[in-house]
Amino acid sequence: MRGAQVSRTLAGAAPWLAVLLALAILPRLLPDWLGFLLTVAFAKALVVLGVAVLLRSNLVSFGHGLYFAAGAYTVGFAAKWLHLREAVLLIFGAVVVSGALAALLGLFLARYRGIFFGMLTLAFSMILYSLLLRLYWLTGGTDGMVTAPPTILGVVPGAAAGRAHYYLTLVCLALALALTRRWLGSPLGYLASAIRDNEIRVEYMGASVRQGIYRTYLLSGVLGGLGGCLVAFSVGHIAPEFSYWTQSGDFVFVTVLGGYASVFAPVMGSVVFELVRNYAYALSPYTWQMSLGAILLLIVLFLPRGLWSLLAPRAPVSSPWTSSSRR
Amino acid sequence: MDTLTLILLDGIAFASWLFLVSAGLTFAYGVLRILNIAHGSLYAIGAYTGATLAGLVLHSGANPFLAYPVLVGAALLVGLALGPLLERGFLRRVYDQEEVITLLLTFAIFLILEDGMKLVWGVSPIIVAEPYALLGQLPLAGVTYPVYSFLLTGVAIVAGLALWVVIDRTRFGKLITSVIHDREISAALGVNVPRICTVAFTGAAMLAALGGAFTAPMVSVTPGISADVIVLAFAVTVIGGLGNISGGAIGALLVGLLRATAIQFFPALDLFVVYALMAVILLVRPEGLFGGVEVRRI
Amino acid sequence: MRARSLSRWLVQGAVLLAIIASPPGRAAAAPAGAPPQVTIGIVTFLSGAASGPFGLPAKTAAEFWIEKLNREGGIGGVKIVPVVVDEAGPTDQVVTNYRRLVTDQKVDLVIGYISSANCTAVPPVAEELKALTILFDCGTNRVFENAQYKYVFRTAAHTGIDGIGAARYVLSVKPGVKTIAGLNPDYAWGHDSWDIFEKAIRKLKPDVTVVDTLWPKLMQGQFASEISKLQADKPDVIFTSVWGGDFVSFIEQAKPRGLFAQSLVVINNDGANVEELGHDTADGIALGFRGPHWISIPNPARNPLQQQFIDGYRARYKKYPMPHGSYHVVQALQGVKAAYEKAIKAGGRWPGVDDVIKALEYSEFDTPSGRIRLAIGHGHQAVEEAVYGTTRFDPQLGFAGLGGIKVFPVKCVNPPDGVKVVDWIEQGFPGAECP
Repeated sequence: MRGAQVSRTLAGAAPWLAVLLALAILPRLLPDWLGFLLTVAFAKALVVLGVAVLLRSNLVSFGHGLYFAAGAYTVGFAAKWLHLREAVLLIFGAVVVSGALAALLGLFLARYRGIFFGMLTLAFSMILYSLLLRLYWLTGGTDGMVTAPPTILGVVPGAAAGRAHYYLTLVCLALALALTRRWLGSPLGYLASAIRDNEIRVEYMGASVRQGIYRTYLLSGVLGGLGGCLVAFSVGHIAPEFSYWTQSGDFVFVTVLGGYASVFAPVMGSVVFELVRNYAYALSPYTWQMSLGAILLLIVLFLPRGLWSLLAPRAPVSSPWTSSSRR
Repeated sequence: MDTLTLILLDGIAFASWLFLVSAGLTFAYGVLRILNIAHGSLYAIGAYTGATLAGLVLHSGANPFLAYPVLVGAALLVGLALGPLLERGFLRRVYDQEEVITLLLTFAIFLILEDGMKLVWGVSPIIVAEPYALLGQLPLAGVTYPVYSFLLTGVAIVAGLALWVVIDRTRFGKLITSVIHDREISAALGVNVPRICTVAFTGAAMLAALGGAFTAPMVSVTPGISADVIVLAFAVTVIGGLGNISGGAIGALLVGLLRATAIQFFPALDLFVVYALMAVILLVRPEGLFGGVEVRRI
Repeated sequence: MRARSLSRWLVQGAVLLAIIASPPGRAAAAPAGAPPQVTIGIVTFLSGAASGPFGLPAKTAAEFWIEKLNREGGIGGVKIVPVVVDEAGPTDQVVTNYRRLVTDQKVDLVIGYISSANCTAVPPVAEELKALTILFDCGTNRVFENAQYKYVFRTAAHTGIDGIGAARYVLSVKPGVKTIAGLNPDYAWGHDSWDIFEKAIRKLKPDVTVVDTLWPKLMQGQFASEISKLQADKPDVIFTSVWGGDFVSFIEQAKPRGLFAQSLVVINNDGANVEELGHDTADGIALGFRGPHWISIPNPARNPLQQQFIDGYRARYKKYPMPHGSYHVVQALQGVKAAYEKAIKAGGRWPGVDDVIKALEYSEFDTPSGRIRLAIGHGHQAVEEAVYGTTRFDPQLGFAGLGGIKVFPVKCVNPPDGVKVVDWIEQGFPGAECP
């Protein structure tokens, strides 16, 4: 009985392990810039995942750049003031800072829905943006800060920094995906999509809509901070634009591009977006925005459920993100 | 005393501009429930077209005062050309979808138009300064004021009044109001909802272009002016209450005065105050200063 | 049908033959080990606010100058092939583009970056990838003051010359200045510009007081409130680092209100749009443009490279090359060419990247902006003269010309090697040689 369960779990996990293994050997096959691109795409996928969990409750965060910047500047300030360079500690710090920020702002935001939620998140992120810009002597203003490559568990990666960041990001992403998936399979996770369908009914069933949203927001903020921290590691430079509205807009764009019917959709969206944008830069340097806009237009008009709907065409919109075998 | 007068004058001048660039956004949201990111592009195209046409008039040796009607004409032209195109071609397809989809659609249009303008007008600035200086100066509160900023206030007031008359005093306005309240019932009652939507969006596009056209003589029309105006217009729209025209006017006035005050007393804060005000308003009165209470979905 | 396609084929074949048969445009035979071409990544703004004044002029100037160099034999007999990339985008995109240029498109070197933020972000990556990188236009003084790089050079002076030059110019044309005000875009370079100017003028004339420091948002375009404040406070001198769209908007809005008659306005960074402004320029503005890059400066009559640059550029694009993006990118190209050829001469064969770096460090080379020396930042940072003049409409040009031009020599406005510019100012400019 027990053995059967274990083997079933193993069988269920096998495809994911295979994917993970494939991703693990990928940087050996790819040129440097593609490896770097994947690192950045994976790190941003965390932020996109954060936007996506909110979108499951029909909340559009137009200010997730806030957490992206918070995570990144945690790295910057920890290096500047505390001379902290250890990746694990920095990740921990970014999670704590963005979590604390989300815990605070969530108190206000949990009351809001629809366009008001979006506008308030936008306002918060723009306040952070103007602070990062204004506190010039602290943050370097628009010049941003250079973040030196961190040590990973005490090891200085040196020449292998690119790959080290790739694996670090991959591990963080895998953990975050597993956790988010688990969370969504929990009663709280189901609550989030129930809120999307009918708030009043959720309240009548005895659950608190506000708390559901608050906790979802907390998770989404932490994911955003983690993503920002990892981007700071690999890119090595952070700037106030991380909190600008166009950055937040990109995250929403990628969420819709990938779709949000699965936790893996944001990863797919993020990778495709980075690839498309890079080829747009390389192939039409003078009109890359137009190429990007045209692709977005096509997706919005013809694939409003995102790229993931190509893979799972018959999945209903509000289908749970988790496999149906759970609970 | 002089400082106070300065704050009032500068605040009102800036508020007039803010109202012009945000009224269309407010109006489009009110009728179509679309937060149009491409509003900034329509503003920029209005500025480019206005600058180009006014430049042609001025270079042709005609009466330079003709430039002002030409600016208005340019705005109408842009609105008539692009409004129906965007609404019928794209927006109409996504009205029944979630807010995020419409938002992204307008973002896509924004990106395309951004490079489109570059292809048409290049990246060198288009400069027509003459209409700005033509009306002369007034000495006020120890400084000289260009009369043009009063003209801008005039244009803003006329645009606002026109909107009010159309919405509150005409049959068409009643139809718009019915569409705002309930699209399906209006359609069932025989209102041509698609037509109303097209006309409303065209009107909003004209307002955006009007804002741009009348900004053109004060600034250099260059790439990138669209992105900067959007967030500011969003902030004003939110402060006044989404979809509420008179609220938008008060919002613009509030932001204008606040910024003018900041520049006189705390110049380091001028960017910060706008967003801080936006956040505070959203926190205290989420529906904006004058917005109606949103009906909750059951 | 068939005949037409045949004839087209014939024509194409003939053209192809002509290309193959024509003597290669090589003045000298390429040295041993020479590659078929030198690929140069050129990163400059093709979109956004900086594309108009600096980005696109840099692109067109680079393309024009590379064609000219190729006609004259390229670099050491090898032709140059540019790969142009847009600099616009968030910092991670800029870094990805850089990595793609180096590792995928395999450029031999990168000439790029107008934004100071990008000049801060790229050098560490250049060191990691061991790729020769020439920063050509960005202003921030901190690139080589806070770090030392092997693979990164800047062939234009940093913004120290603009602030110090402005202070010296103000004191030479308005020695009695008592009150100053700042109107600078609210971003890092705007703060740097004001910081250097303010420190310099207060060092040179300690009784100067600051009456206003205004920080409009970058590309705000609306200066009515700021102009009111400046008119009410009536400073003797207004220092501003507005550029591009802001530069034009500021002039359009301040001119009718008489701000330029009331105060001496000093602009440290832009001459790019003076030609487009035409009649709408205001007279009496003290204008600087980050080095000696004006129509008459340094001096086309005595500097054949500048004459060729101006004539060729005008013939091709129907306008003058205006400061500073266009001049700066040509400086970078000239520096690279000189270094490669020096290294070829020294080694007798095609040089590796280390040889080029060795040849480029502390080198001097001729450009349309005069002779450029990589004299500071451990031989990686160029110094330039500072030039300021006062605008006056020139009916012959059809736009503003400059009068009362003052050229401040290199040692008057640049700190010595190894000294940070702000420290140099605060120590009272030790070792400065001014006329």
